[in-house]
Amino acid sequence: MRSLFNRPELGAACGVVAIWSFFSLYAGGSGFLSWAGSATYLEIASELGILAAAVSLLMIAGEFDLSVGSMIAASGMTISLFCERLGWSIWGGIAVAMALSLGVGFANGLVVVRTRLPSFIVTLGSLFILSGGTIGMTRLVTGRTQVGGLHQALHYGSAEAIFASRLGGFSVSVLWWMGITVLATWVLLRTRFGNWIFGAGGAPDAARNLGVPVPKVKIALFMTTSFCACLVATFQAVKFTGADVLRGTGKELEAILAAVLGGTLLTGGHGSVVGAAFGALIFGMVQQGIVFAGVDSDWYKVFLGAMLIVAVLVNTYVRGRMVEARR
Amino acid sequence: MSEAVREPPLLEVEGLARSFGKVSAMEDVSMSVRAGEVMCVLGDNGAGKSTLIKTLSGVHLPDRGRMLISGEEVRLKSPREARARGIATVYQDLAMVPMLSIVRNFFMGAEPMKGFGPFRRFDLAAADAIVRAELDKMGIHVRDTSEAVGTLSGGERQSIAIARAVYFGARVLILDEPTSALGVKQAGIVLRYVAQARARGCGVILVTHNPHHAWLIGDRFTILNRGRSQGTFSKEQITREELIQRMAGGRELEELTHELGELTRGDKRLAASRE
Repeated sequence: MRSLFNRPELGAACGVVAIWSFFSLYAGGSGFLSWAGSATYLEIASELGILAAAVSLLMIAGEFDLSVGSMIAASGMTISLFCERLGWSIWGGIAVAMALSLGVGFANGLVVVRTRLPSFIVTLGSLFILSGGTIGMTRLVTGRTQVGGLHQALHYGSAEAIFASRLGGFSVSVLWWMGITVLATWVLLRTRFGNWIFGAGGAPDAARNLGVPVPKVKIALFMTTSFCACLVATFQAVKFTGADVLRGTGKELEAILAAVLGGTLLTGGHGSVVGAAFGALIFGMVQQGIVFAGVDSDWYKVFLGAMLIVAVLVNTYVRGRMVEARR
Repeated sequence: MSEAVREPPLLEVEGLARSFGKVSAMEDVSMSVRAGEVMCVLGDNGAGKSTLIKTLSGVHLPDRGRMLISGEEVRLKSPREARARGIATVYQDLAMVPMLSIVRNFFMGAEPMKGFGPFRRFDLAAADAIVRAELDKMGIHVRDTSEAVGTLSGGERQSIAIARAVYFGARVLILDEPTSALGVKQAGIVLRYVAQARARGCGVILVTHNPHHAWLIGDRFTILNRGRSQGTFSKEQITREELIQRMAGGRELEELTHELGELTRGDKRLAASRE
């Protein structure tokens, strides 16, 4: 019973049930409970959830990545430009974007572990560099800020089947999200690397003294968040058959919000990928539920912000109990 | 000449020196530890204790000096290498992640694995069984090994850290100020486990600035002052008072005692004149 109460994702699980019940009550009749309605919020949740899974791992290891939002723009634009301008196969474009994202993640991680600067600052820098670089490069090459026509790219059909098809009305990204959440949870809780993630975030000096390669763990996780951003960009580029330099703006903060809603500690050493998935689900349900409830969608952020603060208060209380419990 | 017949010490250092930039942290440190003994390294703040620990545990390489493990000269390039050679260090900050369970902390950096290829994974069930058995052997009682380490008292955490080091084949156990942050009762618990580790044949190097705790458990004492070792004494060769004196650098302590005495006399005189 105690161990159940101490699980980081418990609060978020209760949140999911509460939010779902709330909107079922107030917006159930207007489409929240419908097949299509569920598919909409699950699609929103799935893309954020993929980011949040990686971001929560990184946060458990004690670091932030603010560059994931602009990485989405950069990756989407890379795919589109390679296909539209150079006539590459879409798979070639995706491969280049993935290599780019891994490179950016590696650079983020390397700068953080070498300089020991806060990752908040380092990745804030890469946020601006990537976002500025994407706009600059796109305008230089095309003179516009949007590039479309991806559906004419070579092998678009196969990419669409994998990244943008629908199964029974649901976006295939939901499957990806579930797969990635299960995989990340398994890595975190059942592998040696997962234990090192906890160590790197909870007591980095101690972990290093015990032989945990903390810098490598962190660099790998920065590469993972960046790669997941690229994956989300791929979903969007294929789905919208093009890219926009502003796509992904603000996603870095939404992913942190989802992770924190899910019980991940801002200072590292504690958290859950399943919790982050619940956090993303809450995000999707609120964003879409408010529309169904007939409230202007401009207001959903107010609701989310308030939830975030409540979630952090609850989590802090539970953790306090967990560590102080016996003295 | 019994010294010559005995096996070489588990760990021995001679003339170790290490500086950081222009600051010399350790100038000439020699000491050794044998199996089944507690060697206390005593020194005030800035005497070079932590530099010595970090050198012994492979964090720093010494600039000068020799280091021998069972008579064989070595250069430890990493903590991992030190651990592989049986030198385990329990740091003051306990080397534990507070929000993580006892089991996960116990095996941090050395997780038992099962499965093959991509399915290789942390064998939590085996880890749990080992932790229970090991804590039992050391006489440490915890309610639940999946409990977060943060719920334990300081003494319990130290004891678990010691049990962990012993389990991972530590032949030399280096303890960095194991009692400094603890109350009398908690310190007692930790010293008991130090004695347990010694009884199991470990050579224990206990680094501390507390001569009272050292006196309780130590077999031999090496005193450090300003980066130099000031000699090694066995328990028969030295009294507790001498130990304290030498640690504080003898004369300085005498001067301080004298000064404080003057102050007290001055106060008395003042009080008398007021009456």
